[in-house]
Amino acid sequence: MTKENAVIKVRDLEVGFGDQTILDHLNLDVREAEILGVVGGSGAGKSVLLRTIIGLVPKRRGSIEVLGVDLAKANEAERRVLERRWGVLFQQGALFSSLTVRQNVQFPMRENLEISQNLMDEMSIAKLEMVGLTPQDANKFPSELSGGMTKRAALARALALDPEIVFLDEPTSGLDPISAGDFDELIRTLQQTLEITVFMVTHDLESLYTACDRIAVLADGKVVADGTIANMLESEHPWVKTYFQGKRGGMLADRQMNA
Amino acid sequence: MGEVLLTHKLKGERLELAAGGSWTATHAGELEALVERVTGEAPEAKDVSIDMAGVREFDTFGAWLLERLTRQWTKSGREAVVVGLPEHDLGLIEEMQGVNLEAVPKPVRQNPLVNSFAAFGRAGVDFGHDLVIFAGMLGAVSVSLARVVLHPRDYRLTSTIHQFDRVAWQAVPIILLITFLIGAIISQQGIFHFRRFGAELYSVDLVAILVLREIGVLIVAIMVAGRSGSSYTAELGAMKMREEIDALRTMGFDPIEVLILPRILVLVVALPVLTFLGSMAALYGGGLVALLYGGISPEIYISRLSDAISLTHFKVGMIKAPFMGLVIGIVACAAGLRVKGSAESLGLQTTNSVVQSIFLVVVLDGLFAIFFASIGM
Repeated sequence: MTKENAVIKVRDLEVGFGDQTILDHLNLDVREAEILGVVGGSGAGKSVLLRTIIGLVPKRRGSIEVLGVDLAKANEAERRVLERRWGVLFQQGALFSSLTVRQNVQFPMRENLEISQNLMDEMSIAKLEMVGLTPQDANKFPSELSGGMTKRAALARALALDPEIVFLDEPTSGLDPISAGDFDELIRTLQQTLEITVFMVTHDLESLYTACDRIAVLADGKVVADGTIANMLESEHPWVKTYFQGKRGGMLADRQMNA
Repeated sequence: MGEVLLTHKLKGERLELAAGGSWTATHAGELEALVERVTGEAPEAKDVSIDMAGVREFDTFGAWLLERLTRQWTKSGREAVVVGLPEHDLGLIEEMQGVNLEAVPKPVRQNPLVNSFAAFGRAGVDFGHDLVIFAGMLGAVSVSLARVVLHPRDYRLTSTIHQFDRVAWQAVPIILLITFLIGAIISQQGIFHFRRFGAELYSVDLVAILVLREIGVLIVAIMVAGRSGSSYTAELGAMKMREEIDALRTMGFDPIEVLILPRILVLVVALPVLTFLGSMAALYGGGLVALLYGGISPEIYISRLSDAISLTHFKVGMIKAPFMGLVIGIVACAAGLRVKGSAESLGLQTTNSVVQSIFLVVVLDGLFAIFFASIGM
């Protein structure tokens, strides 16, 4: 892979359903080994953007390049290779309910790698321990896990093949503030040890402050602001202003200033 | 590809390994074999040094294999030194040093003979449970029916009409088609075999009695079990999985009254209607084949029909229909409520629902046959 600065390049993207346009000429770059947080109001199209990038939602216009490959132009084999190089954490975890946690993590390995069962067992336990689960949890079924454990197990599955990019769809939603904080920290640590690029859709202001290197704000189908937290606090865009300096955002902003 | 991942040299009692290329997931299979081989090849070596300077790419798979190698050497009391690892990969190694230390609890494997006995016993107990659940559901539905009779305003008419549309009205075409074909086939077989005795006309009796007493209602019940029973189970199961049923309960609604009673009542009403339509279609199909294949004219067919059958035959079939509807409804709804968290259990319960309701429908038919015979119908 040629070391390019932007691992995801979105240009002039337009996505819509029926007569409704969700994303309208959107441009976005995700740089290598950064954690990008994508925020926006409910229905602003954050999840749609994520799903379009990974090819689950068809686009109307524009181009998306991931790791130097244009998905629209790639053939089946190239797509498969590309899909192995990213991992996705879905909002509800999307663990396969008929498989145990360990089998869930092993699933991508079994399909894509030619390694022994022994190594697969060791690797799946290693991944689970990296995301903070214990070997005892490995034989549980997804329906026996709590919300936080489900997210962790799903993250372990997303990391199963050591991807270069990880897509996270609201990783901390539905977690209590302590678990959410732990999860942010986990993402931060994993990103540093594994040197991965993280594309994170989130609602969680804390996550933006603690985990993200850069933030992109989605409104009216476009990226209306991007940059660091400091840039966000300076932004004059009304939505950005309300979001970061409103009741909840303001508290964190003050803390940031005082720190 | 084609890069040398690991080379080894024995220097006295020291084994020197030099790693290179990509120590990544893609090469993990190859790497594992290499690492195993190298460890086995130098039993006399006292210590090992691993030079990682040549490694271009490194990920958790590579890091774990390296960690596993050093662990194996250290465990057998020998020394292992890793050199030349780039700074930014040290974190990965550190991470790996913390994992797989505890033994993973192995799923306990039992004696297969004991297992098969246990499975047999469990099947028996499950059958008992199923009967209890069936009885429980029948009781719950009766209670809620009684409540509805006392307070008719509480009854969910809209939902009933919606269900009736789905279960009865939309099922009419397929039921007519299937029973028409069954009637035609019975008639053809009858004519074919009775012709040898010159008794083709008796095939009309065969079609009429078989269809009105047994086949009509059975075919319709089996079709409905497959078509509507399965959809009841899947619907209720999905609602259970998404906690919709719990939500109803917390709002003070009785799921039996809101969801299940209308569905079961609809089946109890729909089955006789469909049976009637199905029987007529089967008689029509039988008559058509009699005309085209057996040369029996419609006038003769109809007059033979009126000789062969009495109202009793018709009643026997129709009396059974609502009971079969009740059985299908109760089995399907009970199965739906037994769905647990996983997609697999939804599939399992849907299968159970169809298999059990078809089985019970046939058993019920047998019991009715004994009953009608003993009262002389």
